[in-house]
Amino acid sequence: MRSALEAKQISARELTKEFYTQIDRRNPELNAYLALSPDRAYAQADRVDGMLARGETLPRLAGVPVAIKDVISTRGVRTTCGSKILETYVPPYDATAIERLEAAGAVLLGKTNCDEFAMGSSTENSAYGSVRNPISLDRVPGGSSGGSAAAVAAGLAVAAIGTDTGGSIRQPGACCGIPAMMPTYGRVSRYGLIAFASSLDRIGPLASSVADTAAVMSAIAGHDTNDSTSAPVPVPDYAREIEKPIKGLRIGVPEDYFGAGIDPEVKAKVQAGIALLERLGCKRIPLKMPHTDYAIATYYIVATAEASSNLARFDGVRYGLRVPGATLLEMYRKTRERGFGPEVKRRIMLGTYVLSAGYYDAYYLCAQKVRSLIARDFSDAFQKVDAIVTPTTPTPAFRLGEKTADPLQMYLADIYTVTGSLAGVPGISVPSGRTKAGLPVGLQIFGPHFTEGRVLQIAHAFERAGGAVI
Amino acid sequence: MKITREEVLRVAELAHLELTAEEVELYRGQLDEILNYVGKLGELDVSNVEPMAQVLFTGAGSEPGERDTANERAELRDDILRPCDVAEAILAQAPDAAKPFFRVPKVIDR
Repeated sequence: MRSALEAKQISARELTKEFYTQIDRRNPELNAYLALSPDRAYAQADRVDGMLARGETLPRLAGVPVAIKDVISTRGVRTTCGSKILETYVPPYDATAIERLEAAGAVLLGKTNCDEFAMGSSTENSAYGSVRNPISLDRVPGGSSGGSAAAVAAGLAVAAIGTDTGGSIRQPGACCGIPAMMPTYGRVSRYGLIAFASSLDRIGPLASSVADTAAVMSAIAGHDTNDSTSAPVPVPDYAREIEKPIKGLRIGVPEDYFGAGIDPEVKAKVQAGIALLERLGCKRIPLKMPHTDYAIATYYIVATAEASSNLARFDGVRYGLRVPGATLLEMYRKTRERGFGPEVKRRIMLGTYVLSAGYYDAYYLCAQKVRSLIARDFSDAFQKVDAIVTPTTPTPAFRLGEKTADPLQMYLADIYTVTGSLAGVPGISVPSGRTKAGLPVGLQIFGPHFTEGRVLQIAHAFERAGGAVI
Repeated sequence: MKITREEVLRVAELAHLELTAEEVELYRGQLDEILNYVGKLGELDVSNVEPMAQVLFTGAGSEPGERDTANERAELRDDILRPCDVAEAILAQAPDAAKPFFRVPKVIDR
């Protein structure tokens, strides 16, 4: 894209216009975008074209059209979190990730649909309608960053920003057949992210290729004094890291990720993916990660507890919806009852319950202890291996409506992704063939904390060797 | 274990949610099922395990040698006053503002 711009084959403005034309054509069917930001996009495109005209060196993402999940604050552009409670909210400031993307030259096309407050695995929990999977229109795109994944998979953005709390970047990436990365906890600033579960939430990229994923990572990663959980750890040049050879790397394959509940076609494609990595010179090492089976239970206690606390801020006082009431408490209750959708209420209820007097030790404290055991599974494994390879999801994208009646079944869609979320490690999902019905399968690669470079390097070699079509 | 209707109502009150009768019944059943599932954590002996409240601090899954990084991250920045000139923009988002305040219904008790 940059070379096309530099060769003056196309201007950044023309490129932006072309993407908006495609969005106008496809979005009514897909519902991937909730809001477009053409004024901001064209202003940025004109800045890039001005740099080109003056012969200046273009920044890394110059003119690259990017979509932003609607839980990330964008100054002057409506940000709803997929919720009625924020239907009219226009943030007065930009998230750090947004500032960094624009500083790197990216053109922000608009905001993408998602499960309400990023709570879901199918994007069916959005108050603004479901997103369809561009690969197969009667199926979900995964979630909660389903709009971001669908936008990239349909060619309505070159890259997108999502958020991942229990799998919400990787799982939709797998469902829509594109690379999707959850960085290490603390790697990307969350300043301006509307919080769901603060000890788990991460911002990361979904993109058309691993190289593009790496380019976006380079732009958004790094310490930020506005986020006290962001890590002062130097950021390598991921574009360079991904070119390193993977021969000799030790790949751990935990048997616990291939047990009951996995779709046989998904299992076969992931095993074929692991065989491909072996042919590329990686050494396969069998692993046991014995607490994997407890991860969903742990996650749904920790995440809902944090959510019930974080979402207390939506009370009709400072922003968003207010439903009048005779007293302050009545106003709070009516506002939250009308503003939140069913899944958000369910999680607030569950989180409030596990934190309440009499249940705190049995649920919340116990889950925090099991979280330590799950994190230890990872640190033990990384004594023996350089990376861990698993399926991203137990099944390919399911049908719209298939799991909405049964919350627990929906939660189990995250069974292979929540482990890395709890441990804080980086992970990527990269396409690993398709089922007979043509549905994409995702291969997940985890690395130790702050080894995004290595994770991207393996994913890049895998993609280049034809991993998407095995 | 069976969660009762009264417990659902108590939790809704704590969470400031005014549930409809249908919601109370729906959430009673669903919370029951979910709590039953998460009860599997009781199979594990965690008596000698430290709780993990945050990533990368003690007990988190860092590799050896990464603990320095974790310690570095434990440092807090200095508390320095900085100008904040977005008060108008923030109040503009409020459902009911009377500059420079947010206006709310009269607080009767509590």
